[in-house]
Amino acid sequence: MKKTPTVGEILQAKGVSRRGFLKYCATTASILALPPSMIPRIAEAIENARRPSVIWLSFQECTGCTESLTRSASPTVEGLIFDAISLDYHHTLQAAAGDQAEAARHAAMEENDGSYLVLVDGSIPLANPGYSTIAGISNVDMLKETVAGAAAVVSIGSCAAFGGIPGADPNPTGAVSVMDIVTDKPVVNVPGCPPIPMVMTAVLTQFLTFGTLPDLDKHGRPMAFYGKTIHDRCYRRPFYEQGRFAETFDDEGAKAGWCLYKLGCKGPITYNACATTKWNSGTSFPIESGHPCLGCSEPNFWDKGGFYEPLSTGKFDSGERLAGAAAAGVALGVAAAAAGRRKQSKFAKEG
Amino acid sequence: MTTLEGIQGAAFPFHGNVRPILNEVIHAIDKLLDTGEATTIDLASLPFGPGELEHLEATLGTGELSAKLDALGTSRIRETAYPGVWWLEHRNAHDEVVGRYLEITRTPEILKSQDADIAAGRARLDDQSE
Repeated sequence: MKKTPTVGEILQAKGVSRRGFLKYCATTASILALPPSMIPRIAEAIENARRPSVIWLSFQECTGCTESLTRSASPTVEGLIFDAISLDYHHTLQAAAGDQAEAARHAAMEENDGSYLVLVDGSIPLANPGYSTIAGISNVDMLKETVAGAAAVVSIGSCAAFGGIPGADPNPTGAVSVMDIVTDKPVVNVPGCPPIPMVMTAVLTQFLTFGTLPDLDKHGRPMAFYGKTIHDRCYRRPFYEQGRFAETFDDEGAKAGWCLYKLGCKGPITYNACATTKWNSGTSFPIESGHPCLGCSEPNFWDKGGFYEPLSTGKFDSGERLAGAAAAGVALGVAAAAAGRRKQSKFAKEG
Repeated sequence: MTTLEGIQGAAFPFHGNVRPILNEVIHAIDKLLDTGEATTIDLASLPFGPGELEHLEATLGTGELSAKLDALGTSRIRETAYPGVWWLEHRNAHDEVVGRYLEITRTPEILKSQDADIAAGRARLDDQSE
């Protein structure tokens, strides 16, 4: 395997000062949802980390996930891609094409056997492999071949994580998720349509920094970002507790910024970090723009009834779970921040 | 000067997300005075409604000292009107905000000259004197 420079060496060669490096580490801690007290350890780990090879495969997708990442203002995302990881194959971004591109993929797999990361966006059609091919290779064959020597796989977006829109009823291509195919490697799901760029960056950064993958929930999603519902962290939550709801998109409640629950908001049963991480350089998130959460990071969100039907109609989730969520609402909201702090303290102590 | 306790007890025109942070700041100041231990609050991890972050910044005000750091983009480090409470804002090379923090400490670490930079500077000075 060729010897790659450490991230510390790369930054030093670029003339980045120690203060600049500390700033980089502070934002990295923030990305990883770690307490600032972890910054010295992050600094040490990043300084000695070597660039992991990353192969990005795009299957049945709309390129929205790649757009989300490359348009993001996440800390040094451009640096992360071009400096801190070695992006050896991404057929949307790379200059090479055809045989040259496939040769780059095979070279990266051979040189980094057992240690590279595979990122996948898009679902995999099984009804007829000819529905989606790259260089004449079916998506399922390319996935199996590429994953064979990988350390882990990251499913970027709801299509790769859960089948997404291609998998929506009647699922004409027989679309399945990555974890339906890959069963012998760690798979991290980063769902969303598209996913939050910072979350994608965080998974790569953790792998780069500590050589580990994040703790996952039952759907394979990183707990640091998918551990709480949108509702738990929503700034409109106080209106929900007060029973103040917008009834239509142009009534006085909507203008006053009241809770969008009755307009179909799926925030109470959607696990994601939009309410705190936000979008467009932290400008806002859909609820802040006056639109209900669609629940795009939940499995099969496309087939769970109308986006503007209130959860109480019972189409999106079971009534029992909703009743439980409603009863636990106040306590959850109050406990959310405290639980987050406890988790951070625990990590810091273990670290 | 308005006391933090006084502000904390005042009515907030927004969604109620500023008051708990001020409370946390007060506890952090107590900890700093009692034990010398610093606290950093990552504002990106907290929910804010429209205008609330600006409200928090205005509430804490501006103190005697501010600094600008040029490293991987601009950072502004400013002591608020409450000594020991610092507002840090990091921007990337495209001038986009990548992190906002409240540090409750005597001097934010990033303001101090770092050993690695001091050593590199000394080497450059050596070169110049030859």
